Amino acid sequence: MKGNNVCVAILTAAVVITVVLLLAGSPIVRASDKPSAPGSEVKIDNFSFGPQTVTVPVGATVTWTNRDDIPHTSVSTEGVFKSKVMDTDEKFSYTFTKAGTYPYYCTIHPKMTGQVVVK
Amino acid sequence: MTNKKHDLIDQNLQDLNNDGVDRRGFLKCMAWAGTGLVWTMSGGVPVSRAFAKNMGKDAGNVADFSFVQISDSHIGFNKPANPDVTATLQIAINKINAMPDKPDFIIHTGDLSQLSKPSEFDTLDQALKGVSAKQIYFVPGEHDMLSDNGDQYLQRYGKGTKGTGWYSFDHKGVHFVGLVNVANLKAGGMGSLGHEQLEWLEGDLHGRSASTPIVLFAHIPLWTIYPDWGWGTDDSEQALSYVKKFGSVTVLNGHIHQIVQKVEGKVSFHTAMSTAFPQPAPGSAPSAGPMKVPADQLQQVLGITDVNYVVSGKSLAIIDSPLSTTGS
Repeated sequence: MKGNNVCVAILTAAVVITVVLLLAGSPIVRASDKPSAPGSEVKIDNFSFGPQTVTVPVGATVTWTNRDDIPHTSVSTEGVFKSKVMDTDEKFSYTFTKAGTYPYYCTIHPKMTGQVVVK
Repeated sequence: MTNKKHDLIDQNLQDLNNDGVDRRGFLKCMAWAGTGLVWTMSGGVPVSRAFAKNMGKDAGNVADFSFVQISDSHIGFNKPANPDVTATLQIAINKINAMPDKPDFIIHTGDLSQLSKPSEFDTLDQALKGVSAKQIYFVPGEHDMLSDNGDQYLQRYGKGTKGTGWYSFDHKGVHFVGLVNVANLKAGGMGSLGHEQLEWLEGDLHGRSASTPIVLFAHIPLWTIYPDWGWGTDDSEQALSYVKKFGSVTVLNGHIHQIVQKVEGKVSFHTAMSTAFPQPAPGSAPSAGPMKVPADQLQQVLGITDVNYVVSGKSLAIIDSPLSTTGS
């Protein structure tokens, strides 16, 4: 029991230190001109993907959110990724591990197209 | 761009038949929820009317038979445009049951459900059990084939059909063909019938007498209404080339939740209203999403606008005759 408490204390300290470091470091991160965020957001509004093209670094996760009253999907034209059906406010995420251009579309409303560029 | 769009709308909605119905009149015809169309076959020419209280009184010709088209029930939809789509479907069913001349059957032109959920199909089945017509013919909408390639739809509504759910049948001398243009859609495209179905259609129509009245029905319009919103079918022209020799062809569609009509030669195209929620006129909104109507307006729209179709020359003509012209 005592051992566990020590572990908890050490972990808590580690978390606190990490948070402090992150807070201190955040202005520097923001000042960077390269996209360093680990992910990117695509919003589905009015039967369109916005932004239509997102550019992310290798390893980034892209998250789609459906904000329409109608269900949509986000499916890779080349079969790389395939979301389930996203009803209103539902999300789908995919992590891109290889550089390349990934066109995708909504299989329900195929006029809706977009692409993810991974560099 | 905007002008171009509006020109297109006007082209679609203007008085195509010189029958005195302009775009304004046409838009008034767009009564939507809890409605359906009654199609009457008279001398091989289909005539349609929206449900009205005085149905039967204005029947000039004795009909050979009639059938009802309903569409886009979207069971499971619960957003502000209509929080109770089951109730409005029930209104449509009540109206069918109240018709003095019983329709021989009903055609549902797809989007039975919102999300292809078994519970949504169950609710639809339960409601349709109460309809007086003996037979209901279905074609799927894109909402009915969302997550399982349409397996659930085919099990419930597509027994004995071909491919993704297409089929044909004959009724009292009229040949009906149910087509599926919502499966295997390609990126950037509109509705699609696909090679296999087109081949089947050609064979199905081959050898039939040119005097046989033909009715084609499918979910997405088989003519291009508004490509920006995908309101059309990429390979419909090929399908329509197979019906050219026939003297009377009627094409019935849903999907766009409003009435739009076009006559081209011997082919009459018609889209039906939804029983669930209206959608905007082509290009009149940022997207084709559900159109919100104030609750009190919804009550007015239900059952107050009567759409009559009468035969005018070779083509069908639409006459707008609302039961009430008052705004309140």
